[in-house]
Amino acid sequence: MLGGDDAIVTALRPRRPKVLLGASLFVVAVVVLPLAFLLTEADGSGATKLWHLVWRSLTASLLWNTVRLTVVVTVLCAVIGTLAAYGVERTDLPARRVWAVLVVVPFAIPDFVVSFGWSSLSTWVQGFRGAVVVMTLAVYPLVYLPVSASLRGADPGQEEIALSLGASRLSTFVRITLGQARRAILGGCLLVALVILAEYGAFEILGYQTFTTEIFTEFTIGFDTSSACALSLVLVALSLVLLVGDGAWRGGGRLSRGGPGAQRLLVRRRLGRGKLPVTSAYALLVLAGLGVPVGSSIYWIFEGGAHALVGAPLGSAALHTVGYSLAAASVATAMAVPVALLVVRHPGGLHLLLERTTFLVLAMPGLVVALAISYFSEHDLNGFGHQSAPLLVLAYSILFFPLALVCVRASVAQSPVGLEEVAGSLGVRRPGTLVRVTLPLIAPGLGAAFCLVFLSAVTELTATLILIPTGAETLATQFWAYQQNLSYGQAAPFALVIIAIAAVPSYVLGRFFDRLPLRRAVAQHPRP
Amino acid sequence: MQSSFGTSACIRSPGSVSRLLSMASIVLLPLSLAACAGTSPTMAARRVTITLYNGQHLQTTEALVAAFEKATGIGVALRNNDEDVLDAEIVTEGTRSPADVVLTENSPPLEYLQQKGLLAPVDPSTLAQTPSKYSSPEGDWVGVSARVSVLIYNPGLIDKRALPTHVLELADPRFRGKLALAPGETDFQPVVTSVLRTYGKARALTWLDGIRVNAGSHIYPDNETVAEVVNRGIVAFGVVNQYYWYRMRAEIGVSNMRSEIAYFAPRDPGYVLDVSGAGILKSSKHQAAAQKFLAFLVSRQGQEIIGHSISFEYPIASGVQSPQPETPFDELEPNPIDVGELGTGAQAVALLSEAQLL
Repeated sequence: MLGGDDAIVTALRPRRPKVLLGASLFVVAVVVLPLAFLLTEADGSGATKLWHLVWRSLTASLLWNTVRLTVVVTVLCAVIGTLAAYGVERTDLPARRVWAVLVVVPFAIPDFVVSFGWSSLSTWVQGFRGAVVVMTLAVYPLVYLPVSASLRGADPGQEEIALSLGASRLSTFVRITLGQARRAILGGCLLVALVILAEYGAFEILGYQTFTTEIFTEFTIGFDTSSACALSLVLVALSLVLLVGDGAWRGGGRLSRGGPGAQRLLVRRRLGRGKLPVTSAYALLVLAGLGVPVGSSIYWIFEGGAHALVGAPLGSAALHTVGYSLAAASVATAMAVPVALLVVRHPGGLHLLLERTTFLVLAMPGLVVALAISYFSEHDLNGFGHQSAPLLVLAYSILFFPLALVCVRASVAQSPVGLEEVAGSLGVRRPGTLVRVTLPLIAPGLGAAFCLVFLSAVTELTATLILIPTGAETLATQFWAYQQNLSYGQAAPFALVIIAIAAVPSYVLGRFFDRLPLRRAVAQHPRP
Repeated sequence: MQSSFGTSACIRSPGSVSRLLSMASIVLLPLSLAACAGTSPTMAARRVTITLYNGQHLQTTEALVAAFEKATGIGVALRNNDEDVLDAEIVTEGTRSPADVVLTENSPPLEYLQQKGLLAPVDPSTLAQTPSKYSSPEGDWVGVSARVSVLIYNPGLIDKRALPTHVLELADPRFRGKLALAPGETDFQPVVTSVLRTYGKARALTWLDGIRVNAGSHIYPDNETVAEVVNRGIVAFGVVNQYYWYRMRAEIGVSNMRSEIAYFAPRDPGYVLDVSGAGILKSSKHQAAAQKFLAFLVSRQGQEIIGHSISFEYPIASGVQSPQPETPFDELEPNPIDVGELGTGAQAVALLSEAQLL
């Protein structure tokens, strides 16, 4: 994977990483469980019916809708996410710590809240147009987060060398900076594309038909699980195409720093006269991504129909949401560690295949994953765990495992393996090395993974509706119930609390990076 | 020099490790919290709690549940979702289903559960409160409230006199691009079933083809969206149930209303009364408490809660009249198709699918 270094590393480590492989196999088996369910169920619907279902004119229009949206939104997210990350990490943007938090928060606003906010603003925002606007604003942080992490960790020396050799600033940016961040950008784009394939709530509000909305219709109206699963297979096929394409594009390239030494200081590029326009661009992005949904929520609290305020349900829903999401974030992050270590430290066809397989789950609608888990508990565990909190947490962990993996993996790839080897040569045992060297090295990735999964879980709706314990409610399910009843005024407070809760990990995420030891000495100017 | 410094800094850096550890401890707390939240009723030891799978509008159900708990001391745990998802869950759960009572927006999901043999007979005294044509012909579920299909239209885009009065006209080419539709909505299937039973499969299919062409890209996932796009002037008119319009008016205010409702011609196949009902699961271990809940739903008190709620559904039992400012229930002139004829909706779904609307 990482080129020359790794060939040597592999040669130095002929031993198979048994523990790591075992743990990874277990994790991957859990994550792909829903896929197995999908195949069994789709098979149950019979080949003729499946053929009939997939090869019809509606499929073509759904496919067109799904593909064009995915392409447009992914490109937009790549541009916005990368530029936003560069500005925050590499320029002297005023109040960059504030921006660093604010540009991440939109990801934590449920897509259905964003679309609700926009569609109540203007009739222009609906159908394809609406879907592009809403999805771009809701998911660009998926590119921003890995790219900013990668820009933080990248070796500034390469840029300096390019500049000293006479390359222009633009050329250095394109060839070196973007080159260093390429894997992060691609990883982010992959996530964006997969998430769009599985999106439901936003399109339902915007009235835009995709495969996923159709899967929901099939499932909800016909009581027809097998047809829904058969259609989901088309989504899985689409995501396979994406994964293969992504794999082909990644290629080689060196990510970890040249020497095993301490990180050099980053030089922040001065914006100079560009300060005002760049700051305005950030303000605009935050206004669109954060201001509109917040503003429309506040508007509806005051303008919606008369009703009692919902203090108690709001508090209990918030508590449930936070509890489930924290649990899911820790489980998913822990699950990602062995797989990330395996695939980066011990590259190989099988290991890569294991890792890539888990990405398929991202394109599976939450509904399908929930059905799989619920089916599993009913049929194979005799109802054990049915409608219980741990099962819901498991569903979240599976659904958002790829998000955690991307973050952890990026950090592992950037942490020099040499340090682990030094620890080993100094007599530290493997578990000790893991705790004392590896985990601190990949801490940014762990933190990012934790926050990303937490944010996603806070906004999860469709799996929650199926797996949530009876009597419990999350903020998302309550918002949805009221929004679906056209009770915007009653739905809005739940949206605001979701946004408030989401702000916490976004803030932590920003601070976490800032307090890392290697960032402590970052200055505006290079040291003399 | 620099390299050795970097190495030792990383190995010795206690900050990162302790942060990780504290992170882990933060995480364990909610894990146990979440587990506690999952293990249900805290007060269950003392009082009976029934589980209600609720496909009806949340606010109205919450009001009914609160009044029922107060009147009887029986607790009710709510599980909310689309009626069809709840149906699918119950079927998957089989005899282990934790559900005691299921409350739906339409009759087909109840007919489906009945067909699967999952419902227990309802007390005759409860059934007696609702006119028999609004309850299960087999007595396995009871009708609780009703709604009627209407046209919602935007007078700025289409004149009232230009609207169709006959359901078959929805497929008329003069309405191309003017029709908004939610074919996946459970409220639309009864209209399709009604047309199917009146005109037969071939004509119903041609009709749906015409509808698909007329709707074009104005296919929406639910009636709320149809009501909204018509009100906002994106589409001229659509087919919904009457209460969406009333609810929208209550929520966004009369001054924001740009739409009106119109009825189909009396007894037209498009003019369909949809009944919302409730049934008890055979597998329920709280049969007596569940029967009490059903009795409460159709009691005068329960019906008045429904009548005064923001659901704008018609109460249909215990002689309660809707207090809302809408067409009185007994002045409605729907197609006289009954809940038994509306069936499980499976034929309508198959037809919609054949017409590429699903």
